[in-house]
Amino acid sequence: MAINGTFQSNHEGSPYNRATSPLLEVKHLNVDYLAASGTVHAVTDVSFSLRRGEILGLAGESGSGKSTLAYAITRLLRPPALITGGEIRYYPREKGEALLSVDAISKDASGADVITMGAIEEDANNRLPAEIDGESINLLRLSPARLRKIRWNDLAIVFQSAMNALNPVMTIGAQITDVLRAHRPSMGPDSRKQRAIELLKLVGIAPDRLRSYPHELSGGMRQRAIIAIALALSPEILIMDEPTTALDVVVQREILTEIIRLREKLNFAVIFITHDLSLLLELADNVAIMYAGRIVEQASTRDMYLHPRHPYSYGLLNSFPALRGPLRRMSGIPGSPPDLRSVPPGCAFHPRCPFAFDACHKVLPVLQSVQAEDSSQMVACHLYNPVYSVEPPTASDLAKKYEALAEGNAKR
Amino acid sequence: MNDLNLAIEDSNAEYITTPILEAFHLRKLFPLHSLNPLGQKSAVHAVEDTSIALRPGRAMALVGESGSGKTTVARLLAGLYTPSSGSIQFRGEPARLSNSASLRAYRRHVQLILQDPFSSLNPVHDVRYHLARPLRIYGHARNKRQETAQILSLLNRVNLSPAEQFISKYPHQLSGGQRQRVSIARALSVQPEVLLADEPVSMLDVSIRLDILNLMLRLKDEERLAVLFITHDIATSRYFAEDTLVMYAGQMVEGGPSDKVIQEPAHPYTRLLISAAPDPARLNPENNGKIADLPARGEIPSLITPPTGCRFHPRCPHAMEVCRQRFPKRTDLGNGRWTNCFLYGDGDTSPEAEKKPYIAPLLWPDQ
Repeated sequence: MAINGTFQSNHEGSPYNRATSPLLEVKHLNVDYLAASGTVHAVTDVSFSLRRGEILGLAGESGSGKSTLAYAITRLLRPPALITGGEIRYYPREKGEALLSVDAISKDASGADVITMGAIEEDANNRLPAEIDGESINLLRLSPARLRKIRWNDLAIVFQSAMNALNPVMTIGAQITDVLRAHRPSMGPDSRKQRAIELLKLVGIAPDRLRSYPHELSGGMRQRAIIAIALALSPEILIMDEPTTALDVVVQREILTEIIRLREKLNFAVIFITHDLSLLLELADNVAIMYAGRIVEQASTRDMYLHPRHPYSYGLLNSFPALRGPLRRMSGIPGSPPDLRSVPPGCAFHPRCPFAFDACHKVLPVLQSVQAEDSSQMVACHLYNPVYSVEPPTASDLAKKYEALAEGNAKR
Repeated sequence: MNDLNLAIEDSNAEYITTPILEAFHLRKLFPLHSLNPLGQKSAVHAVEDTSIALRPGRAMALVGESGSGKTTVARLLAGLYTPSSGSIQFRGEPARLSNSASLRAYRRHVQLILQDPFSSLNPVHDVRYHLARPLRIYGHARNKRQETAQILSLLNRVNLSPAEQFISKYPHQLSGGQRQRVSIARALSVQPEVLLADEPVSMLDVSIRLDILNLMLRLKDEERLAVLFITHDIATSRYFAEDTLVMYAGQMVEGGPSDKVIQEPAHPYTRLLISAAPDPARLNPENNGKIADLPARGEIPSLITPPTGCRFHPRCPHAMEVCRQRFPKRTDLGNGRWTNCFLYGDGDTSPEAEKKPYIAPLLWPDQ
């Protein structure tokens, strides 16, 4: 993973940087929505891991389960949603520091935040001995009280619509200090305000905006304010659920630059969810593509851009007209996403796939490495399974098939 | 694959065809009502001095951020708003949009496709109703049999097959892409010459967008429709439209053949838009996957008290004194391209502009 490598080499000095150890591991996660008209399998058997300082992009169409996954990780799902299986392991900074009560935030000479950590609090509600397993925590088995400590301290989320995520009758300052008041009870009002000013500066808003109400800010500034609130407790993981979808391109670009800058400064990991794959390719270190609740391909950004393997990834990648290069007639992916109440048997993509063959209708493909020498790229497609396919297709084979499709469309 | 109705150069002959719908110096103010009767009268200056010409068989893209006045232009052309000043000509004659009878006649030729297919179809009526109404109102169908036959052929034309099944469906039974196809069919049902498409794909799923764009491209070619295509995504305008107009805060700042405008943007705002657009091609090894830094910050200004002169000057890295004072006149850059920017001259009034050959100045290193 070349891109990741370059990033980490920049941060060798960072005390929190542990290059290879995972920060978050999602294993075989299943989420259903129990609807009257039938159970919707929104997330099915999803596994991935996130390392420190990594930006993981999750892409897919609406209804592919991206947001449900984000909500499941933060345990924000409410009935009728039900997590039916799997585990989400979070590896805190150091052994035993997981459920910490933070005494104070002080500043070191360089201006970076130093959080002084207290001892583990014995939680009377802790009735699940499997909750802490070695040095990791299964987020799915946390009691509400412990969950509350993890949320925002270690795991923050930025929602899609900044307009709805901010409270319209509270000033920006009050909303930032609210987080600090709840999670850092030992901080006094002055130091809370000081921290709020720092946070606004961090995301590029003038500190005098502390007393503004959300409606007095533009869309881009509101989104920045939300990011400031998310960063208030210096979380390890930031989940961003389509943070720029409602914004204009120029503002979107500013927010993305900001995220990259902040990540380099604070070294948090990001799960960035969007339907805009071309955006993700510029931003993320690794990309996972979801279709009908499953991850169908996972690769480093460079691999995904240069040679997407799954026919769906290829189609998605080529759904965006290019700014440069020769103009050519392009073809979208035919058909539309399946109804998650009755996902097609076998590979869920087979009704739309130009390459579908017999096995695709019957056998569910599993996520596996494409080639022995390239272990970073994983794909769930029978085309790359030697049992069904002798010669796996190259990127140009995929291109030819889609081009044929485009020409067929043009003739129609 | 390089079949190109998308292309620009091959169709110079077509370019000369007379415009079917033209607008001259359109201006639209939305007055604001203040509670103080003695207070200053204020208004939103949504569109200033906009001229646009739509030609049969060609698409004109209108690009800009939200709040740039794109939708207002489409609604002015559709006759939904009355312009504060300026005129609209249809087939060389002033369009009469004053009363409902003349508006109805005008809409026989000019149709609008709305952005959001989830709110532009009536949820209590089925597909048949949506398509039958325009057919009956404009007299294309005289009886039930004709009506059904025409609806079926419309549904087939927008690739909704089997049409017999779709005809009795309600909007909630359709996906976003299918709904947008129904609204395209509805626009086509009156057999218009001009189609005004206001962000027709921005609400749709990414994998569906290209299908709808390709459908509209095909219809444009088959029926020789003049299309106004409004988008905020400048890459899509290159794919879809022969010509592109760039708007900023109600002012037109640049125009010309799409490919030229995008490959060699002249106006600083166009350059900003293009450098901000996601472009995976930047992932090449030289850039090391880094995102170019944005040269101009900020957002579209308030249009109640817009900046004087060129409205882009507060964000423009090249703003000069004259930019604050007045809006530059249109400077012709050759090959059908023009821009309103003092960096390139000030229209015909500057004799030097004619002498100076057009060389795009290198404004930002990443261009």
